[in-house]
Amino acid sequence: MRRQKISEKFGELRERKEGGLICYVMAGDPSVEATGEIVKALENGGADIIEIGFPFSDPVADGLTIQAAGQRALAAGMSIQRYFDLIKDLDVQVPLVCMTYYNPVFRYGVDKFIERASEAGISGLIIPDIPIEETADLKKSCEKNGLDLIFLIAPTTTDERVRKILERGSGFLYLVSRLGVTGTRENVSSSTNELLSRVETEIPKAVGFGISTGRQANEVIQAGADAVIVGSAFVRIIEEGQNVNEKLEALARDLKYSILNAS
Amino acid sequence: MAETKVSESQTKGSYSNELAGSKTGNITQVRGKYGKYGGQYVPEVLMPALEELEKGYERYKNDSKFIAELEHYLRDFAGRKTPLYFARNLSKKYGSKIYLKREDLVHGGAHKLNNAIGQALLAKYMGKTRLIAETGAGQHGTATAMVGANLGFETIVYMGAKDVKRQQMNTYRMKLMGTEVKAISTGSKTLKDAINEAFRDWVTNIVNTHYLIGSVVGPYPYPMIVRDFQSVIGREVKEQIMGKEGRMPDSIIACAGGGSNAMGIFHPFVEDKEVKLIAVEAGGKGLKCTEKAAFHSACLCAGEEGILHGALTKVLQDKNGQILESESVSAGLDYSGVGPELAYLAESRRVTALYATDDEAVEAFHELSRLEGIIPALESSHALAYLKKAAENGELGDIVVVNLSGRGDKDLETVLSFKRGI
Repeated sequence: MRRQKISEKFGELRERKEGGLICYVMAGDPSVEATGEIVKALENGGADIIEIGFPFSDPVADGLTIQAAGQRALAAGMSIQRYFDLIKDLDVQVPLVCMTYYNPVFRYGVDKFIERASEAGISGLIIPDIPIEETADLKKSCEKNGLDLIFLIAPTTTDERVRKILERGSGFLYLVSRLGVTGTRENVSSSTNELLSRVETEIPKAVGFGISTGRQANEVIQAGADAVIVGSAFVRIIEEGQNVNEKLEALARDLKYSILNAS
Repeated sequence: MAETKVSESQTKGSYSNELAGSKTGNITQVRGKYGKYGGQYVPEVLMPALEELEKGYERYKNDSKFIAELEHYLRDFAGRKTPLYFARNLSKKYGSKIYLKREDLVHGGAHKLNNAIGQALLAKYMGKTRLIAETGAGQHGTATAMVGANLGFETIVYMGAKDVKRQQMNTYRMKLMGTEVKAISTGSKTLKDAINEAFRDWVTNIVNTHYLIGSVVGPYPYPMIVRDFQSVIGREVKEQIMGKEGRMPDSIIACAGGGSNAMGIFHPFVEDKEVKLIAVEAGGKGLKCTEKAAFHSACLCAGEEGILHGALTKVLQDKNGQILESESVSAGLDYSGVGPELAYLAESRRVTALYATDDEAVEAFHELSRLEGIIPALESSHALAYLKKAAENGELGDIVVVNLSGRGDKDLETVLSFKRGI
């Protein structure tokens, strides 16, 4: 089955004048086998793009929910080889994005990592702990292998840095809705609106960090985002371990429904 | 020249503070590299804070009011200058003139306060109202608690739950001075997890908070700032040894975990090529690893290139790039990374990196206590342990300076249970 590319997906969403839902889960949490069904449930619920995390022992940009997921995945034996095997075998059509920290990529070898990712059917890469200034090699390798390199933009990012990021980013931009780390929060920060209007680009804008409910997703799309990124809320369902696939599908459906109402 | 002028030596030579100017497209290469090591590998949200910190430091490090205030605190609060003590009995035993730089006499019992004072003052000048810090042995946390109380900051210290347990007195000291100590129960429950948590706090509270990093680690400009504030150690040694011996020492020995006491004493001597600089790492139970953990903390001796806590440096890691838990009898050296500049100096062979095992360090702890009536910190005991090995191999040199980075009162319980084999 052919997997879509990120640009195709956003083209389709734009045609339908519809906001996108990007879901995040950790590969291998709680087991390699479970991730296949988890990803399928998210697609069935209406996920437009799925980010699949590769765990890192010291994830400074993530909150405790995702750190714990990473520890469960590592304890269950997740490795880079298993990660790519898992991705290759996933039975989904939506675009897949790899999210990890720089050290596993650096250690494995940047070119080799990106080649393997491309072969496995990944269409984009997010590394939250590498500054734009250090990404020349990554970008070259991503371009060669047809991967989008996706950058984060924070409320504290200066206009000058935004400009640099727009030069090098592709696929979509990951706008960080508020200061802090990943994890669910009550309200969508007012800095989200400010950030959305400050970043002027044709590249689709996806907003993440702290979004877990349909109401928040609706607000973000109404504020002008092209897509919403939800991670910790899904990871928590997996952590609780009760009727996981049904609940994941239901949450994805609820989020997508709220997004459609705002589009 | 002003004792505490922190600017004078840092741009000298090609090794230090290289603001790499190479360009890739029109995006300037990342700042703050020491050879290939260092850099700023942090989430985007932190980049403006690092820029603000760098600008603040560049602005105030030559500001006469800032320098005067720093000098005042180092002298009247920290108790500097610290003595360079001729260890007569130790010298007799090993047949060389051995001097101890008495950082154990700094207020709080370790060299950590030098940097904490510098950074806290800088934070005050930059208008921050809240200090956060990580701590391993509790010495840096204690130093931060001291300046935090004195300068009126809200102060939070992150500490691995395992360290809280093995350093209870330091935990209590911090609390006494009004600092909130947050025990971290994630990961290995030691220093690296405390640093992760401090970074998370910082990205959330970046507007009013200064992250007071305690060693020459982390993203640029931290390795430079901490080194500069700790360089007061080496500058004093230079003046003192010239006064006592009329010449440079043959070697300077310091223990290295993150590497702040080592960089502090080494930095003013880096250009003096005749002085051998020796960093002694924590060899723990020997330089071996399992899949999940290392039995040591010796990153310079046995680590590999990797990215940890914002810098490319030598780290302990597995083949998938997961950071391994480190081990050492001394909490202050128990860390899976090392300062990037020290990694660079070791690779370029300006600094010789060696290690001492737990057993050797504990032996040296007892030796100094008995011979000189000075109880050294277990961290510093690693540097002392080298004396025996070097004397046996005839490598000690005639005049030797050991950085006695801290006092050992905090370690009595650890040493007692170590002896009993617990």
